[in-house]
Amino acid sequence: MTVNATTDPQLERREALGKPLAIYERMVEIRLVEERIQGLYEQGHLRGSTHLCSGQEAVCVGVARSARSTDTVSCTYRGHGMALALGVEPVGVFGEVTGRVIGCAGGLGGSMHLSAERVGLLPTFAIVGAGLPVAAGAALAAQVKGTDDAAIAVFGDGSANIGAFHEALNLAAIWKLPVVFICENNLYGEYTRIQLTTPVEDLAQRAGSYDMPGVVVDGQDVDIVAQAVETALERARRGEGPSLLEMKTYRYSGHSRSDAATYRPPGELEAWKKRDPIDIYGARLIKDGTASEDELASLRAEIKTRVEEAADKALASPEPGIGEMFLHVFAGSASTGSGGRS
Amino acid sequence: MPKLRMRQAVLQALDDEMTEDASVIVLGEDIAVAGGAFKATEGLLDKFGPLRVRDTPISEMGFLGAAVGAAISGLKPVVEMMYVEFLGVALDELVTEAAKMRYLSRGALSVPLVVRASAGAGLGFGCQHSQMLEQWFRATPGLKLAVASGPQNAYGLLRSAIRDPDPVIVLEPRSLYGDREDVETGEGGIVPLGVARRVSEGEDVTIVALGQMVGVAADAASLGQWTADVIDLQTLVPWDRKTVLDSVARTRRLVVVEEAPYSGGWGTEITDHVGGELFGQLAAPTLRVTTPDIPVPYSGTLEARFLPSAAYVAEQVGELLSTGRRPRPWWER
Repeated sequence: MTVNATTDPQLERREALGKPLAIYERMVEIRLVEERIQGLYEQGHLRGSTHLCSGQEAVCVGVARSARSTDTVSCTYRGHGMALALGVEPVGVFGEVTGRVIGCAGGLGGSMHLSAERVGLLPTFAIVGAGLPVAAGAALAAQVKGTDDAAIAVFGDGSANIGAFHEALNLAAIWKLPVVFICENNLYGEYTRIQLTTPVEDLAQRAGSYDMPGVVVDGQDVDIVAQAVETALERARRGEGPSLLEMKTYRYSGHSRSDAATYRPPGELEAWKKRDPIDIYGARLIKDGTASEDELASLRAEIKTRVEEAADKALASPEPGIGEMFLHVFAGSASTGSGGRS
Repeated sequence: MPKLRMRQAVLQALDDEMTEDASVIVLGEDIAVAGGAFKATEGLLDKFGPLRVRDTPISEMGFLGAAVGAAISGLKPVVEMMYVEFLGVALDELVTEAAKMRYLSRGALSVPLVVRASAGAGLGFGCQHSQMLEQWFRATPGLKLAVASGPQNAYGLLRSAIRDPDPVIVLEPRSLYGDREDVETGEGGIVPLGVARRVSEGEDVTIVALGQMVGVAADAASLGQWTADVIDLQTLVPWDRKTVLDSVARTRRLVVVEEAPYSGGWGTEITDHVGGELFGQLAAPTLRVTTPDIPVPYSGTLEARFLPSAAYVAEQVGELLSTGRRPRPWWER
């Protein structure tokens, strides 16, 4: 992406992910932000739809830890976690989902359209599969310009059955584009279980048709995610082409805010919660002596306070002015209704 | 000034922009090794190499989406859609992704993407390869749309489109690829987007047209007992309201000639705007001369009847002028 990088809190948050405690902190933050967004919805502060990613935090943070901020990331409408992981501040997410000027898209995008160009996040894609070819194109630009930047497409298992998935993988393979395709397989495409829509158990198998590595990854373990992404990115930067990583994960909530997920078999959610990504990583930090249980507990309390403050700050932010909606339709659009047309 | 066929003018525009700007790349089906189905990219591969001139698989959503991503990332991709209908399978990337990127990024991202597409009827390609489809694109804020009517503006509009920071679709009427004229190349030959071209001057009526209907309208004007301002709109989004309004304010009559179905055709926007702005000043109702609301027929006789001809346009305009009323289209008589 062609955005000039200067000192920016988003970049600082991104760089912080080099430290194990920051990784833990970010996953907790994502969980708490999602819980608060659910609360904001219940209190009537959200319009339209919203899609929560609780349970999938390790994928978000693992990807963010291994990608550079100059790499381009396309991501789905279940994107709050990815935006936070890549560097967007909680107030930027709260502000956007509540349609405030402080939101990361100025309140013009909403929950499904978070963006943070400075840390490589394209406006998140609300059309299933649409982001895959675009990521391939960002990789094409890197290849033509001769940089060693790469692109990452993050998408759900539902995207693996749309043409754009196959077209993008094929294109990336024949042109050896520096792109990593990351499928968050959370077992449900919207309301429908994957077995009803997809004949293969491991979507990573599909990489074989495009002669690229296809790797099944434990999406609940942030270290394993980060390592897999790093390996694929290194391959991409060496000019050896794309990879498909399938992150086995689970979304704790339904598809969207109106979905109570009654279609799930009894016990499935509970079984996945036993492999909670935050618990897995927290236990590792305690075991290797990075932090004590008490330290993690007080860190969680601290994050909760910060998240609450961010939500309050967002709610105190005004909605964008009327003129804002006329800006940025075309280059040079004016803040009046006549913008863009002679 | 070189005499170029329209396909050669397109090629010259691509060559000139690629020479001047290393970020311009060209993608599409059969455009590199084979030089394009209509030979509008012949020789570019040899001159600019495989990094910048790429044959794609038959995956319109894939390569158009990739062009969007490349455009966001600092390149200026020019995509060839062999037939405009093929955009149907890639429409999401254009209408829902490319057209929204600047908006959703609050101006941080630009999509300097050009989609060239051959379009239109007249050559017997049948109903799935003969449409214009301007109506698919013109109502999406964030997209620009230009239509070539001959070698000169095929050259000049394409160069402007490539330089434009926003996504632009350029439709090239397929039946005109072989037409030849003197073409001014270089900066002087560039045609700005959003500016119409006065083809002929007259007193009695303003005829607005696009693409291959420009030649039809000009021929019609030479057949009648009246004189016309024939205006080639050249760009449909944004369209040149001022040139059209100034002309109609003088002639007091507006006829739009469209290679488009009557229902929903782009001329409705022109007639509505002008009719509203000049209410009370017009000497006759606005008139649209269009195709019927049917798919494009294959038979040569039927296809020729389907398209507005110069004689038919002249007849419709003549009747409008003599009666002051809107004539019925031929298929309703």
